[in-house]
Formats: sequence, structure tokens, C-alpha cells
Amino acid sequence: MSEPIRLRHAKVTLALHPLRGPQGPGARPLLILHGRGEATRPRDAAAADSWPGAILGLDFTGHGASTLPRGGGYTAEILMADADAALAHLGPTTLLGRGLGAYVALLLAGARPELVRGAILCDGPGLAGGGSRPTTPSLPWPAERGDGRAPDPFALVDLARDVRPPDYATSFARQVSQLSGLERPLSVCSIERPDWLRAVLEEPGVADTTLGEALAHYGGEEAESRPTRSPQASEHRGGAERRPSGR
Amino acid sequence: MWEWGDPAAPPLLLAHGGFDFARTLDVFAPLLADGGWRVVSWDQRGHGDSEHAALYSWDADARDALTVLDTLGRDPVPFIGHSKGGSVLMHLADACPHRVSRLVNIDGLPSRQRAPDVAEHERSKLLASELAGWLDHRRRAAGKERKPAASLDELARRRGRMNPRLPLDWLRYLAGVGARHDPDGWRWKLDPAMRFGGFGPWRPEWALQRLPAISVPMLGFLASVSEPMGWDTTEEILAPYRPANAEFHTFPDTGHFIHIERPREVAALVLRFLAS
Repeated sequence: MSEPIRLRHAKVTLALHPLRGPQGPGARPLLILHGRGEATRPRDAAAADSWPGAILGLDFTGHGASTLPRGGGYTAEILMADADAALAHLGPTTLLGRGLGAYVALLLAGARPELVRGAILCDGPGLAGGGSRPTTPSLPWPAERGDGRAPDPFALVDLARDVRPPDYATSFARQVSQLSGLERPLSVCSIERPDWLRAVLEEPGVADTTLGEALAHYGGEEAESRPTRSPQASEHRGGAERRPSGR
Repeated sequence: MWEWGDPAAPPLLLAHGGFDFARTLDVFAPLLADGGWRVVSWDQRGHGDSEHAALYSWDADARDALTVLDTLGRDPVPFIGHSKGGSVLMHLADACPHRVSRLVNIDGLPSRQRAPDVAEHERSKLLASELAGWLDHRRRAAGKERKPAASLDELARRRGRMNPRLPLDWLRYLAGVGARHDPDGWRWKLDPAMRFGGFGPWRPEWALQRLPAISVPMLGFLASVSEPMGWDTTEEILAPYRPANAEFHTFPDTGHFIHIERPREVAALVLRFLAS
């Protein structure tokens, strides 16, 4: 990977990795958000090769080449603000999130409905988080000692515990569908479906689809400029396979 | 860390509230120390003289509290907390029941609900503006400083807006111990990246639902006057969750800072409770 772009988020310096340049002028960037304990990988661009615009990956706080803070305190909301720092740099962007990154993509799509032009939610580490509601309280410390290398052991602990109530997740999904102006702002491509994600799938504007179809949908101009065609129509255009819908 | 009293006396753990710092306990803590306790507190991360952290969370505060507690040995000790400090210590008591002997909570039981009966699209707009406001704040947080005040007196008057019931002399004292002097004026030492309010998946009823699990004797103090920093929890709200060993006091005409408005009365009740 080439040298990352350094972005400031409060006391943290984030690494934003350009993975591949745009295929043509005027195409919107795709921002890849990694899962819990992961980082941006060079091969991530290959998985989204059909995307017409630039492809970038952001390392969250405590992960990859971003700052490793001391003493933990990670929440999905603070990672949403990490990703928002990337939006401040990139402008209107489509998000592709894996696992924890998929949940963060949902939050950011709800919080910045004018800047997030579609979010694609995929399988990856940390998709379920700490479940739908708190269980027996505990205060775990990381099992491994930090040696200064990513990922921060505190990130692994904290981000396995963040509670994701389905109605919290759906309040973001509703906000996206009401405020983004997109007919279909969210695309779910994961096989794993934790409670929060099943609830999101019941909301309007959420498609149950494949990664190839979702990339074709948001990469094509129909997602942006006119009343959206049905997912089936854009699917033929993108030539993606469609997985049988589980709904 | 801060402490008051005889270092050989039995220890207790005392936690300040959000946007406060340990020295806001400078009147209350010595009263407990005079009652025969070694009172140990700390500036929470981002507050007072503690480091401004990159990250803040409930678990992080509770882990910090546990770190302080570990310096007092492994025997269970009384926990006393005000506001957010009370909630953090409730969480710690629930997570580590073997480390607490008695629990005192000073208006630190969250129950405030968000506005009910708001139509869904209105709620979306409320949430949207809150989220965008918070993210905008995060975008500006690098290099952000609190607004400087020309004098400690001005700083004290400003704090009076959040603490409308506390005497100006007391706020001036707090400014004297809680502010630092920069070339362009006086500022609270508080991390400017922290922001009042906020959002997240956490709900106050989750804290209430944990309340019956408290098995050590508990003493709670509640405010009777609503304040911007308070949670407006009443004995009526707590009734269904009341632990068997709990006793609650609601002082008339008293706001959220009960131990600052009525230090002697609160300390006397706490000392009696700890001795019983």
C-alpha cells in the first residue's frame, strides 16, 4: 500500500490508505471500514474492483497504522467519529463496512445522511458486538499485554462488549431513509445476521443483496440522480449474482 | 489521586461527578475524614489534574476506579459517589461485589427518559441534529480550547450557569483549585474534547434494573429540585427496584449537589450509616 493520508481526530492521528485510484473522472470514492481487530488490507480493493471511483481504507483508532491510545475506552460511536474525519476529507462517499465496520457504517450513514451515499454492510469480525442488551456486568482487562503494536488489546476487549440494541440500530436506519434522499441507502450483504441487523433489514430502504450487486448499484448513476429502479433492475445492469433472499 | 484524613484509618473510595474534580469534595471529604476515615478520591480521566485521554467510556471510568481501589488493598471498602461518580461506583460494585462493603449514592441513579410522545419523524430530526452536532464537535476537537476567562471570578460566574444553586464564593474557590492560568486567561483544567449530553445505546433503565442486585447495605440521597446536571430520579421511580438493604433520603429544597449544599447533614448520615 502507498503512504497513508494522516487525518487528525481529536488526540488521535488516523491512517487513511488510498488503495486504488478512480477508473474515471467524477466518480465517488468508496471507503472501506475494517472489522474488530483488523486493519486496512491491500487486498480489500480487489474485492471491490468493480467500483468506478477511488477506493480507500481507514484504520480505526487503536488499529493498523492509526494511533494506539492508552487505557482503552473504545465505543462504536467514537469509531463513527473516526470515519467522519475521513468523510470530512473525502466529501460524499459510499461506505463498505466489514463486521464492526458495518455497524459503524450504519451509524455514520444515519449521522451524516447527506455525505454517506449508500452503505454496504458485510460479514467480518465484530458484527454482533456485545449483543442486544447488557448482561452480567464485568470489567475485563485485556488478556494480552500491549507491546505497542496494533491492534490495541483494549480495543479488542471494549469492542466485543459494546451493546447494540435493535431499536438503537433502527433509529439510525430510519434516519438514513428519511434524510438521505436515497431510495435505497443501505445494503446488507452479510451471511451473519445479529439481532440489530435483522431489525435493520425490516426497515424501508434496506436491501438484502450481494456485494457485487450493491457495488454496481451505488457505483452506477441511478442510485444518485433519479427515482431508484428496483434492486432487480440494477442487478441485471451490474451483472451480479443474487443470493436467494432470506426475508 | 487525592486523600483526606489519617493514612492509618480505614479507607473508603469517593468519586466525584462528571465535569467536576476531586477538589470539589474539599468540604465534604474532610467531614468524613474527621469521622475516622481515610477518604481516597481521584480526578477522573479528562478531569482536574488527570490526563486528558484520547478515549472516554463508562468501562474506562470503571477500570480507572478499580485501579484506584487496588491501591487500597483487597479488602472490601465503602464506595461513595456523586452523580456520574455514583453510577460508575454502582457499576463497579455490581461487577466486583467482593470489593465493596457499603454503598452510598448521592443523586447518581440515572432514570431520566427522553421525551415521550414525539412523532417518529420528529425524533429522527432530534437525533439527527444531536448526532451532527456531536460529529461537528469531534471535527473541531483537535486543538480546541475552552473559552478563556479574564479572571477567576468570571470563570466562577460562568460555572454558576450549570450550578445555579451553588454560592458564588464556593464557585470562586473551585475556580481557584480547578482552573489553570494560560497566557490568554483562565480555563478549567477539564478536557475540552468532552462534551455535555451525548447519545449512545445506553439507557438509564438499565442502571435501574441492576439496582436490586446490590446486596451490600446502601444509602441513597436524592435531590428535590431539578437542575441541568441532575437526573431527576425520585424515590417513587426507585421504588420497584429498591434493594432490600437500601435506605433513601430526599432533602427538601435541595438540588443535584446535595453534599455541597448540605455537607454536614449528608456527612452525619453517611458516618452513621458506615458505623451501623
